[in-house]
Order: sequence, then structure tokens, then C-alpha cells
Amino acid sequence: MRVITAVIAIATGVLILFGYFFEAFAPIQTLLLNWAVILAGVAVLVGIFNLFTVHMDKIRRGEKGGVYSALLIIGLAATLFFGILLRPQHSIMQMVLNGIIVPTEAALMGILTISLLYAAIRLLRRRTDLMGVIFLITAALLFLGSATLPFGDIPIVGTLIRPWVSQIWALGGARGILIGVALGTLTTGLRVLFGIDRPYGGQ
Amino acid sequence: MIAQFAQLTPLLIIVFAALLLLVITLWKRNSPARLRDIPALTRLYRVLGLSIEDGSRLHISLGHGSLLDARGGSALAGLATLRIVAEKTSVSDMPAVASSGDAVLGLLSQDTVQAGYQAASVEEFYSHTAGRVTGLTPIGFAAGAMHISRNEKVSTTIMLGHFGAEAALIADASDRDSIPMIGASDNLSGQAVLFANTQDELIGEELFAAGAYLGAGTAHLASLTVQDVLRWLVIAALVGGAAIKFLGTI
Repeated sequence: MRVITAVIAIATGVLILFGYFFEAFAPIQTLLLNWAVILAGVAVLVGIFNLFTVHMDKIRRGEKGGVYSALLIIGLAATLFFGILLRPQHSIMQMVLNGIIVPTEAALMGILTISLLYAAIRLLRRRTDLMGVIFLITAALLFLGSATLPFGDIPIVGTLIRPWVSQIWALGGARGILIGVALGTLTTGLRVLFGIDRPYGGQ
Repeated sequence: MIAQFAQLTPLLIIVFAALLLLVITLWKRNSPARLRDIPALTRLYRVLGLSIEDGSRLHISLGHGSLLDARGGSALAGLATLRIVAEKTSVSDMPAVASSGDAVLGLLSQDTVQAGYQAASVEEFYSHTAGRVTGLTPIGFAAGAMHISRNEKVSTTIMLGHFGAEAALIADASDRDSIPMIGASDNLSGQAVLFANTQDELIGEELFAAGAYLGAGTAHLASLTVQDVLRWLVIAALVGGAAIKFLGTI
């Protein structure tokens, strides 16, 4: 069975790859990608079922935070039930989306801002090396240079140092990192294509 | 003719990299691994053993990268690491738990954990709740994943995959409970956040080196060599291109 899954995965990978370079393989590539999108949709349902079972287990075992798990399951079931009954475009469903889900995510974004600020403060406690200091100074310079202030840009910092740091040093560094990530992605993809790494079961 | 060659250049690079990977894998089969010291990965290797000894759990977060787009590479690298972690911790009272923010990735994480259990011949202990989808949006995923570290006796949080700034929420939750973190992301915002929140940083392609450092096999070691060769070729192309352009303007 594992051999068959590996053969299917490798053949699919090769056909999709060829679709990018040879016209003849383009229709097969489109077909396979469409299948992948449908399967990904089914996987969402499986993922939701997984979320449901994990939290049901928590409630059954009386684990810490079980109340939140119960709330999640009630919310999940209610949204699913009313979503199927009323359809997602219905005004009540839109009210749930705009009144609960969007503000909750927005609140988490707010907490995220504080977390990032707190992480910057903790940075010097965590790492007192040269890289940590450079990281903090760079972040402070870019922050000061980009901040909207009542008297306009801070002289030199906003007009000279910030563009110099962000467009030369930071951009160069970012490109270097992204090239490294691209090379890593390439070799990881090749390992999967050769069946050396099999995230779909076995090794 | 030139346009055709330009169109086929990526394919040529892929074929060249593939051949290089095969040759180096065969070549390195019998030679010992020589790896430069990456403190974060050395610590990752150490916490693997420690978690079994002290009866605590490892939480591997794979991010929310979809396998249907370019972010899939980091997710696959995370899965390769998860495979080793699952195999080594499967005999523990508190086996590792994986979280992800993408449904397909969640399914693959379950499959990968199960494969690890099979390899350790303890498949009967496998539970499908070891691989979890904690949310389907970046913030939702982070909100779900941050509670795993807090509530499930986790000794170390390992974040390998695609994370944006929302990684700060998971990192903050770990920090509040004094849980050490090892993290790497293919996203620049995520990398900056993880740099600020971890003791030892993993930058750029170091994310893809985790498998080699944990003993995933010769192919992973060969991958690092291929990356090095390709990196030098990219450097040569950049410097050469700049030199040609400079000379052309003189």
C-alpha cells in the first residue's frame, strides 16, 4: 500500500511540475490541482472533526480549560447548524460574523501588538549579544523614522537613516534570507518528489 | 531561442539540483556527518532526550502554510522534523503533540505522527489527537495553539513552518509558563518575532536543516550540501552579473 501511495504521489508531483514547463502537461496539471482543491475542502471538514474530538476529549477527561472547550463546541455546533439552516449570507449569520468573529480576531490583533512590544523589551534580557543589540537599535530607528509625528519627520532619522537602513541593509538581508528559504524549499520538495520524505505515511 | 531557454531555466535548475541531490546522497552514504554548530538545533536534539526522561511533552507547531502554494516547503520541513520527534517520543508517557493551522497539514501531521509510532513499533499507543488543527485563520490557529503549551505539561515548544507575526501569541504564552522555545519560519515577519522570542535563533534556510541535525538520514545531509552548492552558484551569478553590468557601463 505504501509503495502505491508513493508512486501516486511521485507521479502527481512530476506531472504538476511538468505542467509549468510544457504545454502538453498543462491540462493534466489543471485537472490534478482542481482535484487537490476539492480534497483540501474535504480536509477542512476532517480538520473540524479533529478539532471537535480533541475538545470533546478534554471535556470528558475534565482537563484544565475544559470550560473553554465546551464553549468552542457549542459555538461550532451552533454556527454549523444555523449556517446550514440560514445560509452564510443571511443577516443573522452576517451579524454573528461581524459582531463576534471579526471583533474577536481584532482583539487578538490588539493583544498581538502588546505581545510584540513586550517581546522587544524582553529581548535584551533574553539575549545580550551583538545581534540582539543591532536588532533592537534597527527596530527603534525604523520605528522612529516611520512614526507619524505632529512636527513631521525626525530630521536625518526619518529622511536619511530609515530609507538607508530599510532599502539597502534590510532589503539586501531580506533577499538573502528569501534566497536561502527558496533553496531549502527546492531541496525539501525534491526529497518529497523522490519519495525520500513521505509526509503521506511511512519513510 | 533565448526566450525558450529563459523559460526552461527553472527546469534546468531543478534537474541540476535533483542530480546533485542523488549523487551527494549516494556519496555521503558511508561518510560521517560533519555539521556546523547551530545552537538552536543542538538544543532541539537535547530536549528530545530530556522530554522522555522527565515525562514532559513536546509541542511541535507546524504553522498555517498551505501545501497548495509556495509556503508548503516550510510545512514539509516541519513534517520531516515531526516524523523524527514522533518516533523518538512515542515510547514516552507524554508523547509529542503537533498543531497546525491548515486542514491538509493537519491530516499530514496525523499521518506523520502515526508513521513515527509505526517505526517505533508502538502503533497501538497512537492517538489521532496527537495531530491537531487548532484553527483555520492565522490568528485562530495561534489562539488554539497557545493553550497547548499551557495546559498539557509541555516542556518545549518547537515552531517550524510558516508563521507570521501571530507567532508572538504562541511565544508569549510559552514565555508566561517559562517554557523554552525553538522556532523558525519562512516568513520574514515571523522570523523577526521568533528572533525576539527565542534564546537561539534559526534564520532563513536553517529551518530546513532540522532534519539533518536530528539524524533524519543521508538525504537530509545531502540536501544541506546541495543548498550550499546552489547558494555559491547564486552568489557567483549575482557578483558576475553585477560585474558585467558595471563593465558594460564603463
